[in-house]
Amino acid sequence: MERKTKVNAENDRQDILITREFDLPVELLFKAYIEPEIVEQWMGTKVLKLENKPHGGYQFETTDPQGNALFRANGAIHEFVPNKKITRTFEMENTPFPVQLEFLEFHQVTEGTSKLNMHIIYKSVEYRDQMLKLPFAQGMNMAHNRLQEIVSKLK
Amino acid sequence: MNLRRDVFQAIADPTRRAILLLLASQSMTAGAIASNFETARPTVSKHLQILTECELLEKEQNGREIHYHLNPKKIKEIADFIEPFQKMWDDRFNKLESIMKNYKPQE
Repeated sequence: MERKTKVNAENDRQDILITREFDLPVELLFKAYIEPEIVEQWMGTKVLKLENKPHGGYQFETTDPQGNALFRANGAIHEFVPNKKITRTFEMENTPFPVQLEFLEFHQVTEGTSKLNMHIIYKSVEYRDQMLKLPFAQGMNMAHNRLQEIVSKLK
Repeated sequence: MNLRRDVFQAIADPTRRAILLLLASQSMTAGAIASNFETARPTVSKHLQILTECELLEKEQNGREIHYHLNPKKIKEIADFIEPFQKMWDDRFNKLESIMKNYKPQE
C-alpha cells in the first residue's frame, strides 16, 4: 500500500519536506497539534509544556514502561497562526544534534480534507542525513510501538 | 585503501552519482564510462574503485574487457534509507487522522 506521507529529501541539501493529506477538516488537523492530550496520543510522548503562541515554548518527554525518561525534546514557537501555520524550533536534549527549524503549514483542500507541509531545516547536510538514517528513527519507532500496545489494550 | 567504505559517503559525490545513473540501464567498460566525463580518466577510475569497494558496482570479465554494472541489492539499500523516517511520520499521521476522525468536541 502506498503511504500517504511523502518525504522529499534531496541530495546535498540541509532540509527536508514532509507532506501529507488528511481526511480531516483543517481545523481538526490543527487541533491535533495544539491540544496536549491529543498530541500525546499520536506523537507517543508526554507533553510537559505546550504554549501555543509566539515566543511560547514546548517540551515533550518519552518514557520507558517503568517511567524513566528516554528522550526529551523542546523548542520555541516563533509564529502561531490558527489553522494556518506554526513556525518553531525543535531540539533533542542530551544529544549531539543541534536545534532544527520547522515550518508547519496547514492548508484546507476541501471542507473535509486538508494538507500539511512540514519543512525542516537542519544545521548542515551531514546532520540532516544522520537524522534521517540513524537510531533516532528507530528509537522513536520503538516509542511508537509502545504507544500502539497501550492503545490496542484500550480497545 | 583499507578504510571501510560507507555507501552514503560514496553517493555524496556528484560524479559518482552520475556514474550510477549512466549504468542504470546498461553495463559499460571503464573507458566507455570515462568518455562521458570531462574528468581525467584516472579520476574516473578512482570513482569506479570507490563505487566497487562499497559494492554499488560489480565488475564482470567479458573476454578481454571488464564491464561495470549496478548491484541492485545495494542500490535498493540507498533508496530505502529514508524509509524508516517516512514510516515513522506516516504511522504518526495515520494515528492523528484516526484520533481526529473520532474526535468529539467537549462542550
